Amino acid sequence: MTRDYRQYLRVEKLPHVWCPGCGHGIITHAIASAMADLQLDPDQIAVLGGIGCSGRASFLFQTDAMHTTHGRAVAFATGLKLARPDLHVLLVMGDGDALGIGGNHFIHACRRNIDLTAVIYNNAIYGQTGGQLAPTTPTEKRSTTSPYGNVEHPFDIARLAMAAGATYVARTTSFDFPEIVRFVRRGMAHKGFSVIEVLTQCPTYYGRLNDLRDPSQMLYEFKSHTVSLEEYHQMSPEEQAGKIPIGEFLCEERAEFIESYYGLCQLGRSA
Amino acid sequence: MNKQEFVQGNEACARGALYAGCRFFAGYPITPSSEIMEYLAREMPKVGGVCVQLEDEIASISAVIGASWGGVKAMTATSGPGFSLMQENIGYAAITETPCVIVDCQRWGPSTGQPTKAAQGDVMQARWGTHGDHPVIVLTASWVREVFEMTVLAFNLAEIYRVPVILLLDEVLAHLRENVTLPVAGELEVVERLEKTNGRMLNFGAGAHLMITGMAHDETGFPVQGEKAAQHLKRIVGKIEEHKERLMRYQGFYLDDADFLVVSYGITSRAVEAAVERLRAGGVPIGWLDLKILWPFPDKLIREIASHVKYILVPELNLGQLVREIERAAAGQAPVAHLGRVDGSLITPEEICKYVQDEVARVQRVCL
Amino acid sequence: MSTRQIRLTGAGGQGLVLAGIILAEAAMREGYNVAVAQSYGPEARLGASRAEVIISTEKIAYPQVDRPDLLLCLTQEAYDKYISNVGERALVLVDSGQVLVPNSNHLKPKVIALPLQRAAMEQIGSKLVTNVVALGALNALAGIVSWEHLAAAVAERTPQKYRAQNLKALDVGRALTGTASPA
Repeated sequence: MTRDYRQYLRVEKLPHVWCPGCGHGIITHAIASAMADLQLDPDQIAVLGGIGCSGRASFLFQTDAMHTTHGRAVAFATGLKLARPDLHVLLVMGDGDALGIGGNHFIHACRRNIDLTAVIYNNAIYGQTGGQLAPTTPTEKRSTTSPYGNVEHPFDIARLAMAAGATYVARTTSFDFPEIVRFVRRGMAHKGFSVIEVLTQCPTYYGRLNDLRDPSQMLYEFKSHTVSLEEYHQMSPEEQAGKIPIGEFLCEERAEFIESYYGLCQLGRSA
Repeated sequence: MNKQEFVQGNEACARGALYAGCRFFAGYPITPSSEIMEYLAREMPKVGGVCVQLEDEIASISAVIGASWGGVKAMTATSGPGFSLMQENIGYAAITETPCVIVDCQRWGPSTGQPTKAAQGDVMQARWGTHGDHPVIVLTASWVREVFEMTVLAFNLAEIYRVPVILLLDEVLAHLRENVTLPVAGELEVVERLEKTNGRMLNFGAGAHLMITGMAHDETGFPVQGEKAAQHLKRIVGKIEEHKERLMRYQGFYLDDADFLVVSYGITSRAVEAAVERLRAGGVPIGWLDLKILWPFPDKLIREIASHVKYILVPELNLGQLVREIERAAAGQAPVAHLGRVDGSLITPEEICKYVQDEVARVQRVCL
Repeated sequence: MSTRQIRLTGAGGQGLVLAGIILAEAAMREGYNVAVAQSYGPEARLGASRAEVIISTEKIAYPQVDRPDLLLCLTQEAYDKYISNVGERALVLVDSGQVLVPNSNHLKPKVIALPLQRAAMEQIGSKLVTNVVALGALNALAGIVSWEHLAAAVAERTPQKYRAQNLKALDVGRALTGTASPA
């Protein structure tokens, strides 16, 4: 029996709550497709989300699901995965959720290389609370709390994850549905902490505040502003300016936290 | 067979947790609770459990809740500063009806306070620390053996009522070592996790496709608003309030003929015990109510006793916390006085004796 | 009823809590009820530290030492802090190499000064066993527990590698009291 992506979604809960033109539905659909590609048993999957627009994705999966507190989904998942190493635990997190309030948990999950798959819906803004500044908002871009333009430097999620020790790191955008599916599939199959950053459009706030009102225009911006990692590395610094590299940044094997913990326990028991 | 052992309060807590079937601990180092995690770091792997140190107390309580939904009895332990950080997710555990145990070895506060002196300043925080109305059970202990027993009880009540249960200890008891005989297997009741209720699976990984959320929700786990949200809140608060009488845990001494009543809990009860014996020996008609559960608060019990005593004294290592509840429950039937101490030292038996004797003398003068 | 309140004071790192535990365990072996409370400053080493041991034939309700019958001071700081709070009939043992006891203190309580740390260094070769030397001296002076139970408690609480050394330290402390004279 082959499983269809719809079997991983609570289709009766559709349509979802996101705004027209939002990219979150695309990512959620892609995650379900990746699960179907891997033919995972929905009973063996847990999806955990935090607070924010992305967190609402946790209500859409026909699996065990937990809509946790703001920024803490990684920490909840750490406990669940330690208690139930047999489950596939997937995180649906926002950029503010994962990198702002939950930044500490995020980097430590990377460091531990715990076998979780984190999909970060990065719309560069706090959507659910009304368009406030995020740790990923690009410099000079406007939000309701940076009305004259952001004076800060944004996090580069993929590079942060790599520096902190994640062992699978990829970035793409909501423009490229098949690539999201492929990266999530690879991330879920990978043993270790996997981070898949997906740039996604928030026409309601980010777009409206930054003269990008049309969702399709935002999608095209993703296409025109991104280049593959390979191309990016061939470019001069001048050419790189304003370009976002996308692709698979890292896929490496390193001791995984839970395996290491239970291995150590066996040592402890026999000692 | 039970054997005499020399055991520290924190060790008794850790061993009580293992006895109760706790197989997951996540924590962050903080004095005076760290020995609990240190003990479990050694012992948990031997029983196939997990003990991890995480990046902070927020992560610790989060992981405990996650593990609990994995079907495992889970606990964390901390002190005031960490307990403050955990509050948001204690509310999450309450609204999601997640069984879990949080041990707070109280220290002098607020903030970093006096590291590390005993206090009983988290009584109200344990009840009302997280925002919103919510159910919670708060237990306390005075003896090393009692720490063990109350830890087991905390796990049992967490499973029965599906609430976060807080065990309030303090620095002195956490670090106190005494000769004890700890319960052997089978001696105390241990309530196991229910796998399902009303035909519904309760743990992750069982095919139930549970939906857990901190939003107001109905029995399917999906968000609701308005009247349905009100029903949700009333149900989860009511499941504790309606079982108040059954939850009561206390010991009463000389209550039948007491004119003067001392109400105490936790480490302070040890000074009261010493004082009561001396005062009784000196002919003072004193009675003592030693509370083992602080929340839900035993209103009815206090109200009844207050009706036949002339005076109530509440010694606490704070500037007046549980005394407010006692005053409320006594409802003017007897005057309620507070004996607080906040220099980091314990209230001594002498202080209590002197306070009571002065009051007795004053009352006698008034009567004459 | 018989109750003894013992306060062991000095600096963090001197093994006072361990000494208190050993003494209490020895007393427990002898059938007493025991309680050991501990207190220390924020520093893991060198801060003021104390252990309090209560040994009683009765149930120990109040677990902290109020006015000790026995006080051990391994540092000047500890002596200055705790000397004022002892009973008149108390016995005070100080390390003569560390604590200067004022001459005016010729009455009560009785203060005995012994070169505890020096004996540990000269006779055992390590000042780390000063705590056990002190225990030996204290027990010889105050007759708290039997030597058999004290030695058993020392042996149980010390790693195999240092066991002989610590048992010897107990004897060194005991022998020191043979030359004890009031400070």
